Amino acid sequence: MTGVLARAVFRRRTWSRLTELAIFAAALALFYAVLALGRTWLGPFTPAAEISRSPRALPGYAAYSLGRIVIAYALSLAFALGYGYAAARSARAERLLLPLLDILQSIPVLSFLPGVMLAMVALFPRRQLGLELGAILLIFTGQAWNIAFSFYSSLKAIPRELEEAARIYRFSRWQRFTELELPYAAIGLVWNSMMSVAGGWFFLMACEMFVLGRRDFRLPGLGSYLQTAASAGDTSAILWGLAAMIGVIVLLDQFVWRPVIAWSDKFKFEQVESAAGEAASRSAVLALLRRSGVAAALNRKLIGPVGERMTLFFARRAAAVVEPKKPAAWKAWLGGALGVAVVAALGYAALRAGLTLRKLTSSDVVEMGRGAGLTFLRVNVALLLGALWTVPAGVAIGSSPRLARIAQPLAQVAASVPATALFPVVLLVLIRTGGGMGLAAIALMLLGTQWYILFNVIAGAMAIPSDLKEAAGIFRFGIWERWRKLILPGIFPYLVTGMLTAAGGAWNASIIAEYFHFKGEIHSTAGLGAAISRATDAGEFHVLLAATIIMAAIVVTMNRMVWQRLYRLAETRFKLET
Amino acid sequence: MTDAITAEPIIEARALEKFYQQPDGGCIEVIVPIDLAIYPGKIVALLGPSGCGKSTLLRMLTGLAQPSAGQVFWHGQPLDGRLPNVAIVFQSFALFPWLTVLENVEAPLEARGVAVLERRKRALKILDAVGLDGFETAYPKELSGGMKQRAGFARALVVEPEVLFMDEPFSALDVLTAETLRGELMELWLDRKVPTRAIFLVTHNIEEAVVLADRIIVLGHNPARIRADFEVGLARPRERKSERFLELVDHIYNVLTQPEVGHVLPVEGKPAAAPGGAPIKYPMLPHARPGGISGLLEILEGRQGRDDLHRLAGELVMEVDDLLPIVEAGRMLGFLSVHEGDVELTPEGRAFAQADILSRKVLFRQAALAHVPLLRQIECALKAKADRSLPDDFFHDVLDEHFSEDETQRQLETAIHWGRYAELFDYDAATHRLILTEA
Repeated sequence: MTGVLARAVFRRRTWSRLTELAIFAAALALFYAVLALGRTWLGPFTPAAEISRSPRALPGYAAYSLGRIVIAYALSLAFALGYGYAAARSARAERLLLPLLDILQSIPVLSFLPGVMLAMVALFPRRQLGLELGAILLIFTGQAWNIAFSFYSSLKAIPRELEEAARIYRFSRWQRFTELELPYAAIGLVWNSMMSVAGGWFFLMACEMFVLGRRDFRLPGLGSYLQTAASAGDTSAILWGLAAMIGVIVLLDQFVWRPVIAWSDKFKFEQVESAAGEAASRSAVLALLRRSGVAAALNRKLIGPVGERMTLFFARRAAAVVEPKKPAAWKAWLGGALGVAVVAALGYAALRAGLTLRKLTSSDVVEMGRGAGLTFLRVNVALLLGALWTVPAGVAIGSSPRLARIAQPLAQVAASVPATALFPVVLLVLIRTGGGMGLAAIALMLLGTQWYILFNVIAGAMAIPSDLKEAAGIFRFGIWERWRKLILPGIFPYLVTGMLTAAGGAWNASIIAEYFHFKGEIHSTAGLGAAISRATDAGEFHVLLAATIIMAAIVVTMNRMVWQRLYRLAETRFKLET
Repeated sequence: MTDAITAEPIIEARALEKFYQQPDGGCIEVIVPIDLAIYPGKIVALLGPSGCGKSTLLRMLTGLAQPSAGQVFWHGQPLDGRLPNVAIVFQSFALFPWLTVLENVEAPLEARGVAVLERRKRALKILDAVGLDGFETAYPKELSGGMKQRAGFARALVVEPEVLFMDEPFSALDVLTAETLRGELMELWLDRKVPTRAIFLVTHNIEEAVVLADRIIVLGHNPARIRADFEVGLARPRERKSERFLELVDHIYNVLTQPEVGHVLPVEGKPAAAPGGAPIKYPMLPHARPGGISGLLEILEGRQGRDDLHRLAGELVMEVDDLLPIVEAGRMLGFLSVHEGDVELTPEGRAFAQADILSRKVLFRQAALAHVPLLRQIECALKAKADRSLPDDFFHDVLDEHFSEDETQRQLETAIHWGRYAELFDYDAATHRLILTEA
């Protein structure tokens, strides 16, 4: 008996040692990566790096791309926390920031490209830093908005009594932030972060390699590797690049997102323990980390004491202010002056934009109108096709636990592959079969956005109460009647959410989908997205601006006129009360 | 007891008032000017129907909410946006689910800048006092309701508040757990195990108020006003079956069921301010469903048409809050009358209880048109229209001048329930229109 026990203890110790060793190695590798990244960034300005197609270059490229995405994500998170907090806590800021967020969200990422890049390169003309910062900021523009919106709506949804408890017990702002607001928003933040990072991979190709007017920009990375491979028509290099990207994404999922999701489970705002919820999110990596003692030591030695210092510092500072302070006059003045400055800057920008737009010829306008119509058509065909296959599939998966166990992980891996990386393959097939660019564009939109619909439909089908299903069985509903009376109304709210997200994604994807460098030539089709891409390539800022405004206007109008109405209908009429 | 009155009040509200400005310049009074004082050594219970403004009053007294007019004084000093040294025990517990019990209790001390060792010592001591030792590392979701509220008490008491405010602290708990917790609270209070100097309890449970409180303030609604304010004056521990106890309970029922009449506590206790009810501007529909009303009428019919309200509430295991609107509705429709805490069927009520489903609808319609001005008004307005229908916004605007936003919504909902049952009109939820039922 004791022998067995001793062996078990020994084994556990060895395991724990191995884990610690692995964590140590990982930390070392991270340190090296940061060093290498820093050296390149501060090195001389090389706008068009030579991209090697050898698979041996891939680990390095993957590290560069990952570094960009991580930094962009960190920026996005910081921005989102600040923006969401300001919008939720000040009614005056809310009136301005919320509509602004709506508009920012609807502007396609790549429309930011020329402005951001040129500004950054002008800022650091001699160092690689400018170019890198530009790429990072571009990825940022694709990641920040939804996180900010999630944080804002979480803050708005904090139950009143929790807020009151925090106030009556005199929490300092810092304590309220760390013990109430951040934990309450944690789950939404985690899910939206996952979505944002996935979006980062999607646009990586476009952000790492592009042409601006006559200037050719190339940053070493996975995205530029794939694009170079595609331009050269090098199928094996495309496959190598794809494998590397999928590998990185799967590793990230296993070593970052799964542990984080499992950890964030404790922030679920439910008063009762549910068995299903516990089982749903487990992570072997998190368990290993917890067992290794590294996390505990870190918490004991670093996070705990620092947190304590911070909390006490802010608490004592807040306590020192006994009298409620009247806002100082100079602060009001400063705020007013700042507001005037912002309005003036915006006005000036709008004026300049208007002047730029005067360069538009009538043929430009006609072209863009036609393009907008075509892209509109494509987006909706893609949505329709997506819904056509995902609704039956999602309902099948959602209503059969056995099928769900097999299909859901597969779908998750499939969904994590950025569609842009698959695009060269799709294009290759379609061009060979004579499908043409229009079909290819729809295929890319579909590839990128169908997953949103699928996952939402699965969730919807799972949420249909079993007593309703039983009732449908007892009354012997036929297949058609079952779909019409039970399944479609049941999944309706989820379907709307999925379609809304997919529609935004599809518009955004049109920029890449309608205009593509492949095998050394440009494949394009008429469309608003193509207009934006072409204008970027040619440096025609007036066309870029006009097309962007049109696209943002269409997205915002569609959201207001169609999706929000459907949303309201879903919330009032098709809500399943539990 | 009288020495407390001569003592300095800890918290004093003078002409405390709450109203909402309407967009059209009118204003909706939620709480009429109220004077109120909390004295050391006393448990004050604030009693009233739900939605009457009890919780708003509590939040104004604690400094969480700003009064529209009037002022709160803390030891004679105006509050002016500061927070006095008080604590609140919440109905929903309001524990932070991501913190352990110990961390929850330590959080208020953290906020006061107490260092970690001292913090832990004080938190453990108070957790021990409320009977939570052994649960320090548990998360709230692992605890039963009673244990959660114990944690709520511990978190409130750990800051040694001068006044402990409680907002319906036992109403989310089952009957037995609530009783246990009340007992434990009284033990802490009576044995002076906590330095708290006064307790202010908001509740809609009449018995709870009479068991716990030294002084009871009864609040009427729409707008909230003090309807009665008296000392309980019963020796502790209190005997629920004693004659005086039942007399007090009956008295409170009386006050709550007859809003129009001024009430004086019979003998013994010290009658305090009992402002007579000012005439109500617009008769308010009690939030009762026709199904509930006919249920009550049937039960009374089975008991020779008369019963004691307190006993009825006990037997039906209904909170006063749920029962009173039904009684109120029955009275408004002329099916019931209330005397001295007893309800009695009227001949109309008896006829209704004995009728079948279809004749009930006819009787209900007649009673509704005779006694409920709002329904009469809706019927007239619908009849005046060629297409016999109107959007609900129309009536919303009519009611808006008399009730707050939420109350308007509830009034309209109740009117729609009654009107549908009486087959006066129908409501199309998709188009938000009321449609006259053609005879």
